[in-house]
Amino acid sequence: MRNSKTFIRMSGLGGQGVVTAAHILGVAAVKSGLKCTVNPFFGAEKRLAPTESYVRIAAEDIWERGEVLFPNIILIFHPHVITLGKCYTMPFFAGLQQGGKIIINADRPLDLREEELARLRGLDAEVYYVPATQVAVEAGGTALSTNIAILGALLAVEELVSQEAIRDAIAERFGGGKFVASGTTAVLDDVLKSKFDRLAQLIEKNMAVVAAAGGSVSQYHFGV
Amino acid sequence: MAGLQREVDPEYLFSGVPRRQVFITGSEAVAEAVKRANADMAIAYPITPQSESMHLVGDLFAQGYLKDYYRGENEFAVMAAVHGASLGGGRVFTATSGPGTLRAMEMFPVWAGSRQPIVCAFMCRGVSLPPSIQPENIEMAMLLDTGMLMFHAEDAQDLYDLILRAFVIAEQPDVHLPAGVFVDGFFVTHTRSAVALPPDDLKLPAYDPRRAPVPTFDMETPPIRIVRDPLLNKSNFISYSANASWHQEIVAAAERARKHIRRYMGGLLEVEDPYAKIFLAASGTAVSQSREALKVLRSEGIRAGLIKIKSVRPFPTEEIVAATAHAELIVVPEFNIGGWLAREIKAAIDNNRRVVGGPRLFGGMTMPTELIVNEVRNALDWSGAKRPDLRAGI
Repeated sequence: MRNSKTFIRMSGLGGQGVVTAAHILGVAAVKSGLKCTVNPFFGAEKRLAPTESYVRIAAEDIWERGEVLFPNIILIFHPHVITLGKCYTMPFFAGLQQGGKIIINADRPLDLREEELARLRGLDAEVYYVPATQVAVEAGGTALSTNIAILGALLAVEELVSQEAIRDAIAERFGGGKFVASGTTAVLDDVLKSKFDRLAQLIEKNMAVVAAAGGSVSQYHFGV
Repeated sequence: MAGLQREVDPEYLFSGVPRRQVFITGSEAVAEAVKRANADMAIAYPITPQSESMHLVGDLFAQGYLKDYYRGENEFAVMAAVHGASLGGGRVFTATSGPGTLRAMEMFPVWAGSRQPIVCAFMCRGVSLPPSIQPENIEMAMLLDTGMLMFHAEDAQDLYDLILRAFVIAEQPDVHLPAGVFVDGFFVTHTRSAVALPPDDLKLPAYDPRRAPVPTFDMETPPIRIVRDPLLNKSNFISYSANASWHQEIVAAAERARKHIRRYMGGLLEVEDPYAKIFLAASGTAVSQSREALKVLRSEGIRAGLIKIKSVRPFPTEEIVAATAHAELIVVPEFNIGGWLAREIKAAIDNNRRVVGGPRLFGGMTMPTELIVNEVRNALDWSGAKRPDLRAGI
């Protein structure tokens, strides 16, 4: 890790897996021996409503709780977060620390206002675009993997955790090892085994999404 | 597996057995505690941010860890029903939040009045208009004088630990009072962090109602005899006298809880850097925020200690007086607008101009470390603590 502390804010729409992505990244960080806390934005959930989640990763204990107000990294899961203002945090880069990074899910660079670009330039921010939904559909076969594509892009830009750790976290999140380990009867074993076959496929598809997303990230050049 | 759990000595469960670290939410930590609590019954009524924890407790019932579980009609009904279950001799658990707490308010002094060791988790949230489901702990101020024991958990680890300890302390024959375990909603309930747990094949010893200082539900014996045939209807001296003397006994029972809190919780408060002249004093999530602020203060060369208040009722009056004997400044950050903790501390110590109540965050706002640091910086300028020669004139 480049910094001893990395604070991440993820902004997206309800149903895109913003909270799940934070969960998976958090579990991967813990599996990598790092300290981590993960929390969603505190609100009633509904589909397509603004959604935020926060991940704090550090080498030392993290006590701070609540929203990440001053992130190093901002992940934007949907262009509407910016273009329609579907976001709890306005503007979408509020609080970004000097030299911070932003990854935006969009097929092409968004038409940001000149004053926004100027402020991002002033922060020495690195802005990246990744067509995460497209990657998820093509490599994973479902737009539901958009969140995993965003994580793939994140790993390509900042090596917070290994792909292996992400793989383990996905396996744990979707009911792999934990249930198998506690299965005690033959019947349960059989049920879980069949589930595991599907799970193995789910993991491989998602890891393909991680790899494809990593290759699809492009940095935005501000020009002068 | 529920059927394979073994009853062990509470202290063995609390600190005698190796723990395994898991990465879970505060709501999941509640379920992990109830799983090992050997509880007989839980009754739920959902309210954000409490819903997930009582849902998970419902799953425990399905897995055989509880003898009974159901959803009540509303929070008042739930608090009345757990009262009945406790009067009948059961170990019971429930949880609620903000408006649910207020809706059920009438029952809390009743729990204390009938000396029932009910454990309730309060996932504190906003209660005012405009509607807020967000974290703040003003409801704690409203419960301070209900007679129940009140413990404030800092994080998911505390929440797990305090629920189990609350059962053991509340059920002591010389205490036998309800206990509330409070936590700041969302900041803890919905936050995933590292929690160390003992094996789940261990549980607390069963509650033994025969050790209780009041008999189990019996319509012919006090205090239930009094409830059924209220003295207050008679409007004579004996009715005032009965209530007054019993009331004193409830307060005395809470006083007697202190020794058990010291034994099972390691004290009513914790002090970090006891010789510091400046302290941050807090409870709940404000303690965590204060720990981050201390890192910043220390990096700026400002030496400050931390007082973490774990037991709000009984209040650690003696401990606070001792811990702040040489303090020049005590900053009290809180997640509520009323500043009830600052009031409590001001009432406990002498020269209470040393206490600065703030920052106060509410309505769900996060407490940035910078606000706490600024409060200390501003107070140092105001009190002149940076310049002892000026302070002498105050």
